Amino acid sequence: LVPNLDPPNTPLTFFQPRPSAASAEPIPPKLTIKLVSPYSSQFSNKQVDMVTVPSTTGQTGILPGHLASISELKPSLVSIHEGNEVTNYFISTGFAFVHSNSIADVIAVETVPTEHVDPVSVRNGILEYTRKMNT
Amino acid sequence: MASSAAVPFWRSAGMTYITYSNLCANLVRQCLKEPYKTESLTREKVHFSASQWVDGKPEKPTTRSDSPE
Repeated sequence: LVPNLDPPNTPLTFFQPRPSAASAEPIPPKLTIKLVSPYSSQFSNKQVDMVTVPSTTGQTGILPGHLASISELKPSLVSIHEGNEVTNYFISTGFAFVHSNSIADVIAVETVPTEHVDPVSVRNGILEYTRKMNT
Repeated sequence: MASSAAVPFWRSAGMTYITYSNLCANLVRQCLKEPYKTESLTREKVHFSASQWVDGKPEKPTTRSDSPE
């Protein structure tokens, strides 16, 4: 019985290699996005038509073939448009990285589908904090 | 000389980006509906004890805990 002498796997061995950015000449028809937070990922490698991210410099729509960019996001909605459906996720602060081969990563500390938000606590929170701000 | 580049509002309020981000995340967590809210609040609980070392000896540790003892 031979012991397993292979070196242990590192996290890098589990990563799928990205298609190389320089050689991607034609613009792919769909954008591949990943929406992750430190404790979970909403999805990785989902093919969509467009993603709207709320960056601190304004709402940015990211379509396939978008220029590579990094933007800091402010707490607001990320909308994912796939065919005719739009799914919205509320994120607390985060970042959006767009790579030059139509792959976009949106990372945020909290990603909350809008169905999980309780409007009563939101309203109470707004009242409480505006009151604190005005005193 | 005037101070350098425009400072983000959280920096001028005396916070670092991490404190601002954690604050925002906390606010979002408190606005969730019930099962998700308790899930996320329990997930973020911290419990640690840290002590400073002076002259090769540890001083009294400070314990930070979100779980009731």
